[in-house]
Amino acid sequence: MKPPLFSYHDPRTTADVVGLLTSLDNAKLLAGGQSLMPMLAMRYVLPDHIVDLNRVDGLSYIRERNGALEIGAMTRQRDIEFSGLVRRLCPLLHEAIAQVGHRQTRNRGTLGGSLCHLDPAAELVAVAAALDAKVAVIGKGGARSVDFSAFPVAYMTPALELDELVIGVTLPCWPAGHGSAFVEFSRRHGDFAIVSTAALIEEDNNGKVTRASLTLGGMGPAPIRAGEVERALIGEKIEKIEKIEDKRLREICEPLRKLAAIDDIHAPAAYRQQLATVLARRALLKAHARIVARTVS
Amino acid sequence: MSETRTIAVTVNGARREETVPVRLTLADFLRHRLALTGTHLGCEHGACGACTVLFDGYSVRSCLMLAVQADGHAIMTVEGIATDAKTLHPLQEAFRDNHGLQCGFCTPGILTTLIELLRDNPDPTEEEVRIGISGNLCRCTGYQNIVIAALDAAKRMRGP
Repeated sequence: MKPPLFSYHDPRTTADVVGLLTSLDNAKLLAGGQSLMPMLAMRYVLPDHIVDLNRVDGLSYIRERNGALEIGAMTRQRDIEFSGLVRRLCPLLHEAIAQVGHRQTRNRGTLGGSLCHLDPAAELVAVAAALDAKVAVIGKGGARSVDFSAFPVAYMTPALELDELVIGVTLPCWPAGHGSAFVEFSRRHGDFAIVSTAALIEEDNNGKVTRASLTLGGMGPAPIRAGEVERALIGEKIEKIEKIEDKRLREICEPLRKLAAIDDIHAPAAYRQQLATVLARRALLKAHARIVARTVS
Repeated sequence: MSETRTIAVTVNGARREETVPVRLTLADFLRHRLALTGTHLGCEHGACGACTVLFDGYSVRSCLMLAVQADGHAIMTVEGIATDAKTLHPLQEAFRDNHGLQCGFCTPGILTTLIELLRDNPDPTEEEVRIGISGNLCRCTGYQNIVIAALDAAKRMRGP
């Protein structure tokens, strides 16, 4: 359980990181290390070079621009957890991040690291999908922005060239008055979810849904946006469907049972599909309840 | 041949300079180089929390950091919690008085985690304590007396 031999580099600028990634073979970027370090210890990865991002300047920030949150790739999960700006502009991220690992791992773990590691069940990956995040990438060809829907290209594989790194993430925030909820099922607190759900909804003055985002994590290699359910929700009154014993909401969420799901040691596919329908309903009801609570108070 | 680097780390208030292999974990650096064996290694892949130390005041798993990453930073291990070798910290006293440990293997990680928790939140609820130590595995106590000890320590540290 010791890391293999490697050469260690700790550059101070993103330009130096790109330079190292361009010139070195078999290099691996080290962000918070809360996934890479165990993978090194278990020899799942055998890099010749570790390029440590922890001393690179300017990659840690949380700011608001044009109604979106901009968060630096090396911003610690802890800083996101305790950010008043995040709590105010993006309650979904605030709720989700408390479910990422534990205090000790959030103190080190970063947003960029989690998105690039791309664990299928990672909370932050699901949040990025739910909010249609944009990932800011820099490489020897310059800077570019990647829509999060195109960011996962395969199991735990982000759409990055070998000379590229993620420098920041833009999370478009929903307008004040929206409701959101992040609900997951895991066997123990702090574990990766077996299935997770991120829901965001907006309602008009009559309580009819005007906009919806529903994301399932843990089902496949990357989070799934349930477009069919999102469209079916438009014009519905969640409060009303709740009263008739969820029947309409059950109906709306039923297509989730047909989503492809992975079958592994943690749960069979059918179990994940069942969880998807249940957690989606819970998340939507919770998001709706939060809109109601705000309107009443 | 293993690549090495010379690092300077402040550990429990004392500056330590050592030349280390770049792949050496912070946990092994503390235990093998500095002989601070209070930091325990249970799983060596970030699951058990036994190796928790404070890195610039924040709890981290020392098996998930490289020693070279600590260059220029301050570490506090369980050996540094009390003011001297003959005195127990109020947190340690509360653990002794409430039977907050049996075999003691997880205790250093739990104490360092709680030092941070009680600093950030001097009057935690039982639930907050349970969530706070959820990253630390204990196989003896069933956590009950650990939680009781943590709440008692909070009371002692807040003072009369």
